[in-house]
Parts: sequence; structure tokens; C-alpha cells
Amino acid sequence: MALPKYTEPHYRIWHYFYLLICGCVFFFLIAPLFVIFPLSFNAEEFLVFSDGMKRLDPDAFSLRWYKDMIYGTKNPWGLAARNSFIIAIFATLGSIILGTLAALGLSSRHMPYKGLIMAILISPMIVPLIISGVAIFFFMAKVGLAATHLGIILAHIILGTPFVVITVTATLSGFDHSITRAASSLGSSPYNTFMKITLPLILPGVISGGLFAFVTSFDEVVVVLFLAGLDNTTIPIQMWTGLREQLSPTILAVATCLIILSVLILLTAELLRRRSERLRGINR
Amino acid sequence: MSSETGKILTTDGIPLEESLKQAEKKNKIKAFLLVAPLLLFLIITYMIPIGDMFSRSIDDKMVTNMLPKTYKAMENWDGKELPPEEVFEAFYLDYKILVKNKTAGKLQTQLNYEKNGFKSVLKKLARKQKKFEEGNYKEQIMKVHKRWRNVEYWRAIKRRAPSYTYSKYLKGIDMYSNEDGKIVQVSEDRRIHRILWIRTVEVAFFVTLFCFLMAYPIAHLLATLPMKYSNLLMICVLLPFWTSLLVRTASWMILLQQQGIVNDFFVWTGLVADDNRPEMMYNKTGTYVAMTQILLPFMVLPLYSVMKTISPSLMRAGKSLGATPAVAFFKVYFPLTIPGIGAGCLLVFILAIGYYITPALVGGASGTLISNQIAYHMKSTLDWSFASAMGLMLLTGVLAIYWIYNKLVGVDNIKLG
Repeated sequence: MALPKYTEPHYRIWHYFYLLICGCVFFFLIAPLFVIFPLSFNAEEFLVFSDGMKRLDPDAFSLRWYKDMIYGTKNPWGLAARNSFIIAIFATLGSIILGTLAALGLSSRHMPYKGLIMAILISPMIVPLIISGVAIFFFMAKVGLAATHLGIILAHIILGTPFVVITVTATLSGFDHSITRAASSLGSSPYNTFMKITLPLILPGVISGGLFAFVTSFDEVVVVLFLAGLDNTTIPIQMWTGLREQLSPTILAVATCLIILSVLILLTAELLRRRSERLRGINR
Repeated sequence: MSSETGKILTTDGIPLEESLKQAEKKNKIKAFLLVAPLLLFLIITYMIPIGDMFSRSIDDKMVTNMLPKTYKAMENWDGKELPPEEVFEAFYLDYKILVKNKTAGKLQTQLNYEKNGFKSVLKKLARKQKKFEEGNYKEQIMKVHKRWRNVEYWRAIKRRAPSYTYSKYLKGIDMYSNEDGKIVQVSEDRRIHRILWIRTVEVAFFVTLFCFLMAYPIAHLLATLPMKYSNLLMICVLLPFWTSLLVRTASWMILLQQQGIVNDFFVWTGLVADDNRPEMMYNKTGTYVAMTQILLPFMVLPLYSVMKTISPSLMRAGKSLGATPAVAFFKVYFPLTIPGIGAGCLLVFILAIGYYITPALVGGASGTLISNQIAYHMKSTLDWSFASAMGLMLLTGVLAIYWIYNKLVGVDNIKLG
């Protein structure tokens, strides 16, 4: 953002001050994530930069905590990771199926009580998590699904569907319905029309909603804290226990892996967003 | 075409109007069937359980069910003087069953909530009642402990007669109904909940304010920079957004600890002495700093999506008509961003008011919020009805904010990045 030459000096100063503020805020946002990275390679047990690390002494760095994460005695992370992935994948699939169907119905202009139904469908996003956690716990305890994978998956479907509903509805808002009518007039069955015409067009919205649902499930602790038994511990639960008891460098190794995972998700989400904008003909 | 009736018919001979109505109805049903699975799922697993929280929060059947005969006998007792012999007899019979079933402990605890010192009296009665003789129970019970002669204790039992209660809600705002049935405040040293409510609103408010102050400039920068640079800077916002909450909380725990980098930096600049490092974690400061950073993306994204739609020519037009940049900003640009500000503030405030994980980890005792209290009662004291009552009070607050926002700005303006 270069300033024009005729800018007066005090506006120039103001402008640089504004850029400085922005720089500080960006630093505040991103810097904390980068603290974890070097400390997870610490050879010592303390969570501070040792003198060796400051001198960039290779002996001060090690993969010790990563080894501990994978091979450590009474290691909880393997089970937690497996549970987390199983729960997140099924919760995402459930959210995508239920959410996409609902979004298709909601964006039909024939849908009655649209406002009320939309409010109900996105309510899990508005209600504070702790309240959702209490309510879902009561339900799962009543039907005997507390401390089961299925219970947690259902809970995460509840929390994940609003994201799918919102992103797919947004994608459908720019959707040209004459295409599906054209397909039907050419003799395509409704199912065929959906699979061959509608789905490929709304797919970016579906996947990005699915990503939201996946991250919501993968990162969710509050509801799982109420629901999980010893066998359904997840990565966030393990981190939560670890952070409460003692902040160990192993947690930082796990955290580093999670950051890498979120970078991958971010890249996927960005690519999808751009593709979706291209498909819908939004050019900027 | 039938010209006699004046109606237009379709090829099947049905009036067009009717045929269209049928098609419309069919489409309505079709659309509804698509929504139905999710709607049903949410109603069963989510909406009804929230309603269930309400019935739990006012439920007070436990004592009523434990003393059925007593309450029947008490119906005619006015509560002014000691109850008649029937009540004593009924109570003796009820209590005998409880002792036999080994459930008397529950009643003791429950009645002790109502009147302090009830537990020991009941325990003594449990031991002595085995030797009771038939008839004249009033005398026998009063002989066990002199407190049975005190009408206050009988009134305490009578107060628990209704099978529903709003006492949990009163407890949530540090009130209770006393012996005379008046609603009064609890003694000053026990008023913990009101402090928590105020602190929760205060933290949510300031976190929202800090987020707004920090997000506005960077959202503006992102919206006005050329795509090439703004996409790069956007990563700084989106990466924390997609990163696990616990990872971000962990990084703040490392940064803010006493030997942490932030304190190192302060010592290095000479702001504080090395042996006098301030405690920045396990108090409100920690909660503020960590929550602001964690919720900041939720403010930036709605602001950004609104600011991107504002044409730069509007500011230029304002300036060319003689406004200084500051005036042009406040008269032209700022009002146009209000939907974004509204959406961002609503989102951050609602998220902050129900925050649990971060305050629990970096908040310490003075930084915990109402949701920590709810979790504490859910997991530690197992007073689920109180947890439900507090949860519903919080929910009512959130819905009220949401409703006000909807009236002022409109919910349709919320966008997800």
C-alpha cells in the first residue's frame, strides 16, 4: 500500500503507525504457535530455552519427546490418536450426509417455516458448549451411550452439522436451478441429476463444511470430557489432562504434530475456497 | 377447455389452479423430507435434553418420595405449633423404611441443606428408633433429641413438600428462601456465584473489546491490500483459527509462565527485576491475554468479509468533497462496517461467555468463569440439578443477547470467513 507522493507528513506518520499496529497484532496472532515448535526439540525436560538452544548447539536439540510420544511407556497417545481419528471421521461423514440433505431442503423455495427450522439446525453453534455438553450428557446417559464411541460420534454430529448446513446453503445460494431442470427435462432421474449435476457443483461447499466438522470433532474437549470413559480418550482429552497435571515436552511434540495437521487443513480449505469461487463465477 | 365453468384445465382435466396447488404441496413435502432427518435427530438428541435440563433443575421429588406418609399427614398442619401425633407417627413409619433400605443418608443430607444440624438429629433417631414401642410416637421421638421439640425442624421438613423447587435458581444468584419463606441473600462470605456472573460478563466484555480494537485495523489492512499480499497475511489469521484450542492454550502457558519468554523479555528490557517476575498466569491477566488471541480470528473474519465489499471509491468520493481522512472514515467507512462489527462482537461475546477450557487452564482461582462452576458441579459435586439451573441461566442470557442482536442488526449478516 504505497502512499501517493502528495500525502501530508502527519498522515504519512499516521499511516506508518497504523502499519506498525497491524504488524504487532499479526505477531500476537501467529507468534505463540512458533514457540512450541523449537521447544518440542528440547533435549532437556524444562519448558524454557536452554543456554545450549540459544547458542544453537546441536546437542541441545533432540527427538527425545517425539520418541516418547510414539514409544513411551504406558503411552496414551497411540490409543488417543486412533480414537480421535475414528470419531472425527465418522462424525464428519454423519454431519456431511445429514447437513447436506438439510441444506438442499432449506434452499428449496418451497420450504415451509424456513427461519424457525434454520434456527433449530444451527442452534448447537450458538448455545455455549458447556450447556450442549451437559444436555448431550444427560441424553447419552439416559439411552446408555455414555462412555461409548457411538455416543461421542453422535455428539460430534450434533456439533458439526451446523457448519455443513451453513457452508452448503451458502454454496447453493449461487446455484443456478435451471441446470437441474434442464437435466430433468432431458430425462434424467432425480437421483441421477443430484449425483451428476448438483453434487459436483456443491462439492467444494460440502467438503469445506466437512473440514469444519472434522476440526470441530478433532479438537472438541468440553463435550468429550463429560462423555468419555477410559477407553474413549481422545487427543484433546489427553492434552487436557497433561496440561492440568504437568506441562511436559511430550505434549509439545504432540502439539507440533497438530499444528502441522492444521496447516494441511488450512491449505485444503484455501484451495477449496478458491475452486468454489471459480466455479460460481465470482472473480475478484 | 371448458368455457362453461370459466376455469382453465390441464390435459388431465383437473383445474390448473388445483393442479398447481398439488404440485406446490408435493414440493413442500419433498423439501421438508430432506430436512426431516437432521431436524428429528437434533430434536431428539439436543432440544429435548435441553428441556430435560429444565425439569432436572426444578425437580425436587427426592424428599417428597422418601416421606410420602409424612407429607400426607402434614397437609392439615398449619406450621405454627408442633405438629400433631399423626405427623410424628407417619414420620416414624417413613423413616423406619428408609433406615431399613439404607437410604436414610440421602434424606439426612437433603434436610441438612434445609436446616443446619438436621443430620445429627436424624442420625441419632436412626439408632434409637429400633427400640421404639408402639403408640405415642410424639413423646418417644421428642425424647431422642430436644431439637425435635423445636418447630423449626418440622417446618424445614414441610418446606420440602412440593415436588418442584426454584431454589437452585436462587442459589445461582446467591439467594435462598429462609425459614419464613422469604427470599433473602446468603451471608456475605458465601456469595460466590454473583462474583462469578459479574466476572464472566466482565471478561467476555473486555475480551470482545480487545478483539475489536485489534481486529479492526488488521481486517482493514487485509481488505485493502492487493490480493497477493493479503492472501499471505490471511494465513496469520487462519492458521490460529484452524489450530487446536489446546495447542494455543499450551503455547500461552509456556509464554506466560514465570520463567517464560514474556517475562524474560520484560527482564531483558529492564521493566521488571529478575527476582521479582510478575505472575502472569493463573489469574485474570492470563485469561484475558489467551482468550483474546484465541478468539481474535472470529472477529477478524466477519469484519474482513464486510470490509471487502466496501468500494474504495466511497472514501475517495468523501475526500474529494472536502472531508479530511478522519471525517471520511467516521462518516463513510465506519458506518458501512457496522454489520461486520455486530457479527464479530456477537460471535466473540457469545463464545467468550461460555468459555471453559482456557480459563480452567490459565485462569487459576481468580480467572475461572461461570462455565467452570457448571463443569465443577457436573463432575465433582454431582449436583446436576444445580449445574442444569446455572446452565439454563447462562443460556437465557445468551439467547437474550442473540435476540437483541437480531433486532438490531439481523442474523443473516453472519458469515463464516
